[in-house]
Amino acid sequence: MSVDTTLAQVSNVLVYSSMAAYSGALLGYATDLSSRGGRSARAVAAQEKVLVGSGAPVDDAAERPPMAGARSSRAAGIATSLTWLATGLHLAAVLTRGLSASRVPWGNMYEFAVTGSFVVSAVFLGLVVWRRDLRWLGVFSVGPVLLTLGLAVTVLYTESAQLVPALQSPFLVVHVSIAFISSALFTLGFSVHVLQLVQDRRQQARAAGTPPTRGAFMDRLPRAADLEALGYRLVAVSFPLWTFTLVAGAIWAEKAWGRYWGWDPKEVWTFVIWVVYAAYLHARATRGWDGRRATYLAIAGFVCVLLNFGVVNIFFSGEHSYAGIG
Amino acid sequence: MPDDLVASRSDAPRPERDDPALPSLGAIGLLRWAWRQLTSMRTALFLLMLLAIGALPGSVFPQRGVDATQVTRYRAEHPELSPWLDRLGMFDVYSSVWFSAVYLLLFVSLVGCVVPRTRVHLAAMRARPPRPPSRMQRMPAHASFEVEASESEVAEAARELLRGKRYRVDVRGGAVSAERGYLRETGNLLFHVALLGLLVAVALGSLTGYRGQFLLTTGTGFANSLVAYDTFDPGTWVDEGDLPPFQLTLDDLTVAFETDAAGNQFAAPRDFEAAVTVVDEPGADPVERTIRVNQPLPVQGTNVYLQGNGYAPVVTVRDTQGRVVKSGPVVFVPQGRFYESPGVVKVLETEPQVGLQGIFLPTWEMDAERGPVSVFPDALDPRWFFTAWTGDLGLDGGEAQSVYELDTTSMTQLTDDDRTPFAVGLSPGESIDLPDGAGSVTLERIDRFAAFGVRHDPAKGWALGFSVLAIVGLVASLFVPRRRVWVKVSGRGPEAPADGPGAGVIVVEVAALARSEDPRLEAEVAQLTTRLRERLDGTATEPNQEPGE
Repeated sequence: MSVDTTLAQVSNVLVYSSMAAYSGALLGYATDLSSRGGRSARAVAAQEKVLVGSGAPVDDAAERPPMAGARSSRAAGIATSLTWLATGLHLAAVLTRGLSASRVPWGNMYEFAVTGSFVVSAVFLGLVVWRRDLRWLGVFSVGPVLLTLGLAVTVLYTESAQLVPALQSPFLVVHVSIAFISSALFTLGFSVHVLQLVQDRRQQARAAGTPPTRGAFMDRLPRAADLEALGYRLVAVSFPLWTFTLVAGAIWAEKAWGRYWGWDPKEVWTFVIWVVYAAYLHARATRGWDGRRATYLAIAGFVCVLLNFGVVNIFFSGEHSYAGIG
Repeated sequence: MPDDLVASRSDAPRPERDDPALPSLGAIGLLRWAWRQLTSMRTALFLLMLLAIGALPGSVFPQRGVDATQVTRYRAEHPELSPWLDRLGMFDVYSSVWFSAVYLLLFVSLVGCVVPRTRVHLAAMRARPPRPPSRMQRMPAHASFEVEASESEVAEAARELLRGKRYRVDVRGGAVSAERGYLRETGNLLFHVALLGLLVAVALGSLTGYRGQFLLTTGTGFANSLVAYDTFDPGTWVDEGDLPPFQLTLDDLTVAFETDAAGNQFAAPRDFEAAVTVVDEPGADPVERTIRVNQPLPVQGTNVYLQGNGYAPVVTVRDTQGRVVKSGPVVFVPQGRFYESPGVVKVLETEPQVGLQGIFLPTWEMDAERGPVSVFPDALDPRWFFTAWTGDLGLDGGEAQSVYELDTTSMTQLTDDDRTPFAVGLSPGESIDLPDGAGSVTLERIDRFAAFGVRHDPAKGWALGFSVLAIVGLVASLFVPRRRVWVKVSGRGPEAPADGPGAGVIVVEVAALARSEDPRLEAEVAQLTTRLRERLDGTATEPNQEPGE
């Protein structure tokens, strides 16, 4: 039953170290985006003059200047290296935290935040390995990770300790780890979907003849339709995982509490998230709902994910009250 | 119903058809119109959103089906608002008329979608893949190459290649049509049918199952029958007189709480274990078992769960003559992380009757402001503080009364000589005489009690089975790509000589159409083209791939 406090201390130091590295990565990715923006804004301005002069129709693809120069890709490269370093430190922090109490490191909200943000970062790196041109997503992945870690160490911090009896089950590993991966994919999907809406608005403005004056970095990001497709794929992968989380949770609830479904606030919200994302998948295939309107549903789904973590854990009493916030 | 499950919904994205002139609606026409509205995708979407919104109040307001005492407390705290909330069903959201209406309509809509779709799908699986389009290059993915071969050689090579990639292939007039990914739609239908099955399993479980709760203090036993339960919640089809007749005795209850960690982890529970003896049916051999949280005990088709624990001080009350009028463990229900346990001892056998009202503190300490408090949940330094009342307990009328509360309306509080209320604390082994010759009270020792839940749900295996089927179907419906591929010969190469070497050079066209989300369609066409070319002439040069429209 004892806890290795030294190891728990090491974990805390590692969390701070990874936050430092993430900050560097965030800076690098931001530099990358802004320098992309700087170049492309000039390029777009130059092109627009030509287009106006010739009276040619505004073609969105035509406005996309060639890939930004060496400076931005170097910044992106450094940022990605730093993200690898930060994620490595982050992993070490998660492992030492778990080892300090000889159990999985997700027994309370602090640990859930630290481990969950690690999974977001790991999934982002996985995407970058899969498609190197997804590095523009860096700011929008590392940013939330850093935010979550900041919240974890300031508000949610809980001393390393053993688990309450209700959590002592193999299902803690199965149910929660899949929930992590699913939440991470929803998080990245949310980032992509928000960018899609911004990009969509910019494209509409441009089509209407009033090109946006700010946020030139957006011009270097994929087109709204491509962002929409990427966001959909992230959600499509996540949705079955969330379904699995729901089912595994129900099996566990049957073992722990004697019923597989009891409308506990956490169960309600997990169900609501499932329904909202199901609505998103349906909306995408409904005439009049595809495009922006479907994306609003996906964003609503992620808002529910955030509420499920941030509000339900703390303010709604139920059998999932493991937050450990005193 | 992602992608193409919705194709049969009347408003799914597909080529517009000319709307026929509106016929006059008779009764049947009206029904048909209503049915079409209900089964339209837009309605399903609307109902899904209503379902999500409708489920939310149940997480904000306490629910009778989850915790009835919380509802009572909430109603007492919000006397103005509560009647309105109750009228709207806010305390019974998941059994309310409006919530049931939403999910039942959703499932009706689902049936209305799945049935015609299944028909369409079965027909599609028997039908031949459609003929190639006349203009192959207008397909989303398209490639062409020249090769010296005959049309039939091309068709044969394409057929073999596509068969190897598990396409359904049909060769008509030298042109090859192929389609794959029927599993996507099968999975889609499976997912939705499994959801229906799940709903039925849940309903059956609540009709044929039951759940109940009972408390045992250490050393006491339970025999499974209706009267032995503190609460019992049977399904409509349950025969309450026919419960499996097992018996269960609580031999010992061990508990462990956090002592090392500081902060909010201090005193958190670490382990609860109930050692029990079970007799499966009268006459069977008793068996020793343990029940822990997350480790229920299966007995006779039911599961017995350890759901709570606390203290049961063993109290002996004697009357003025010193006769024992009450003796035994009294359950005190713990509250909060330090197990401060309010409780009541009712003595009916005396005249006037005696009621002791107080609080049990497992590890007590005197707080300067709040008086005696508990600082740890385990019984390290237990003490029982109580005040005493005499009069009529109000139990003679036969009205139901909580064993945890004292109705003092017909009672007077005993006071000390100085007219202040009599209040005293006892540790185990200590006794005290009550004022006014009302007798004496002894705290013999501290026993523990365990709260057990019994659950019988004959349909839970079905619910699990349908859930697994739903996941399998969902994965297939999201990730199996559904594609059509066509290969055909479009004519002789432009530079082919009329005869001599190279006279047999023809142009082979490969085109594909995604029938679902399919980011790998172009890669598939490129790969097919390369392989086809390899088969036909043994060389592997780059095909002239053209981007589709």
